[in-house]
Amino acid sequence: MSFLKLRGVKVPHRKNTSGMPGVRIAPPKLITLPMSMHIGAPAVPVVKVGDEVLKGQLIARAGGFVSSPIYSPVSGKVKRIEEIRSFSGPCPAVIIENDGEDRLSPDIKPPVITDYKSFCQAVADSGVVGLGGAGFPAAVKITLKDLSELKTVIINGAECEPYITSDTRTMLDRTQDLREGFALLEKYLGVKKIIFGIEDNKAECIKAMSEISASDPCVQIYPLPSVYPQGGEKVLIYNTTGKVVPEGGLPINVGVVILNCTTLAAIAEYVRTGMPLIEKCVTVDGGAVKNPMNIIAPIGTPISDLIEFSGGLSCPAAKILYGGPMMGTAVPDDSYPIMKNTNAVLFLTEKESALPSPSACIRCGQCIAHCPMHLDPPAISKALDAKDSKRLLDLHVGLCMECGCCSFICPAHRPIVQNQKLAKAAARKYSAEQKEAKDK
Amino acid sequence: MNQKLTVSPSPHLMTSRGTRAIMLDVIIALAPTAIASAVIFGPRTLAVIALTVFSSVLAEYLFNLILKRPCTVGDCSAAVTGLILALNLPSEIPLWLCVLGAVIAIVAVKGLFGGLGQNFANPALTARIVLFLSFSKAMSTVGTPNFTDAVSSATPLSAPESELPSLLDMFLGLRGGMLGETCAVTLILGGIYLIIRKVITWHTPVAFIGTLFLLSLAVGENPFYAVLSGGLLLGAIYMATDYATTPITWGGRLIFGAGCGLITFLIRTFGSYPEGVSFAILFMSLLTPYIDELTRPHPVGSPRRRDPFKKRTGGESKKAGG
Repeated sequence: MSFLKLRGVKVPHRKNTSGMPGVRIAPPKLITLPMSMHIGAPAVPVVKVGDEVLKGQLIARAGGFVSSPIYSPVSGKVKRIEEIRSFSGPCPAVIIENDGEDRLSPDIKPPVITDYKSFCQAVADSGVVGLGGAGFPAAVKITLKDLSELKTVIINGAECEPYITSDTRTMLDRTQDLREGFALLEKYLGVKKIIFGIEDNKAECIKAMSEISASDPCVQIYPLPSVYPQGGEKVLIYNTTGKVVPEGGLPINVGVVILNCTTLAAIAEYVRTGMPLIEKCVTVDGGAVKNPMNIIAPIGTPISDLIEFSGGLSCPAAKILYGGPMMGTAVPDDSYPIMKNTNAVLFLTEKESALPSPSACIRCGQCIAHCPMHLDPPAISKALDAKDSKRLLDLHVGLCMECGCCSFICPAHRPIVQNQKLAKAAARKYSAEQKEAKDK
Repeated sequence: MNQKLTVSPSPHLMTSRGTRAIMLDVIIALAPTAIASAVIFGPRTLAVIALTVFSSVLAEYLFNLILKRPCTVGDCSAAVTGLILALNLPSEIPLWLCVLGAVIAIVAVKGLFGGLGQNFANPALTARIVLFLSFSKAMSTVGTPNFTDAVSSATPLSAPESELPSLLDMFLGLRGGMLGETCAVTLILGGIYLIIRKVITWHTPVAFIGTLFLLSLAVGENPFYAVLSGGLLLGAIYMATDYATTPITWGGRLIFGAGCGLITFLIRTFGSYPEGVSFAILFMSLLTPYIDELTRPHPVGSPRRRDPFKKRTGGESKKAGG
């Protein structure tokens, strides 16, 4: 199949850690579990301060349909339940003191799955969310009103951000989980076609995945060009199937459900062992890190522990990122915990984090030429400056996925993505007001 | 950790290739042409080029200084404007006209409209037109190229057919004309460099030159003379590709180039001026906002006039679960 590929930018790969299997770190003394490690309602704690908890025990139940339960990665005692700072504002968190005994919860047993419904329930119980970074609860994705609409499952192994190799390690080290994952999808979702998209800078992953899927006619390994943002949901769907997700729609509108490869592996592991999601493979890298490596850490481990475990910093970090440099979030200190959807922690040097200062737009058109969604950022910026929200809607600013190609490529180094985010907010507000006025 | 950390929105990685690098690429692309002009028209061209570039940069510096704006000389855009303007002047031009042209380009056309990226007309090109209309005699007194006899030095567009220089001479630039517009070989090489370096796209020059070529062919003229004469190559490759004053999308650039080719052809064939490239580009620049509006890319997944998703989603998108 050959389609016109959606555009993007060539970013440096910097996959320094792709050859390093994850090393397990000893659980820390204190585990901090934020109640919002996913998109949707925060989880609701079911433990009290002072409660004894066991490894794998339920700490917080899902706070709604779009939510996800949280389990304890260690045995110990609930020390505090308090509000902590998180990326998106204050967030309640359960803080567990590790007793170091690693006592397993007796509740851990493989779920009984008989049909589609019980499979969805098992995925919901597993606490698995989108592990590629988005953190959208996996169960919500696969719980469909009409299962017959589903034609294709796309497994996202693109890993298009620089530095990050945790998905690479999943594809190389968790082949058993992935093979079982394919079988689960075929059996319970009834799909006849599974497309596994992998960027062609990961030849060893393509080889490994081709080997495990050789006997499975449903699975098709699809090498993708190494062009960021190949792993963007809409980009990946278009580039593998040629289907265009409508504006405001979901992949299922074109018969597709898309799962990250690590998400699939985590689901398969839960189905086999009954052990919910309590640890995560995280790439620790960046110019300030002495020994870049992949670390398998219990969820809730502070990132300061990871850097210590890896051998420390070679120079002071000037910026700490959760996720890759294109879409990652900068954090103000190193006490933040590893979360379910954390796939990398990057420690950037002064030099790496210094960005050139913006100058005037020269109308070169690079942002338009590289936007995967074919948007027109200069026109959007103009409409935003003019506070013309109606025009923002006409320019379909809502399609922007904030991938950052425009800012990356801009020779004037303008903060285009920030403008796009403001424009999206303005457009959302405007359409909400319009809707309200209409309802009256 | 006591260290203060930077917290900024993504992306945290940007290309190192900035405005200055792009402008330097343009200067590199034009350097062979500038050297060729000195070979063809004599060393005086170097004085014209140096003075025009210097005046442009100084004008930009003083303009920013007087208006208390940040100094933008460092982005090299004023140097590029000065260089292109110089290539649009005859080698025998009085030196004070070089300075005047630079001031018109930088202050009147660029600075007063808001500086880099905000001007609606190409500064160098507009300055050429102003000088041409105000000082026609000085601007029409073109130098005699070396290596040729006086007869073939006439500007080919105004020369009778029997006095036309040979195609090879035209290609090498051994003909009369503005100092930077004659040497086709260096102009084309520079254009290829700019396309390889992704400073410009092929769309505008190919549409511009192609349209003029085909129209000349259609009316029975020698299309190679049409393409190699006048300021066509300099205009099509270096001025019709100016970012600020030409369409921003590829489709728009094709329309822009074709329009420039058509107007150039019309002026050359029916107009009272022998040359129409600068007027054609200026006219099409006025249409640029409309061309941009017309050729805006179609956002992926937004409804088209005939909505391909209407049937599949029943008009309204169905949510999977929540």
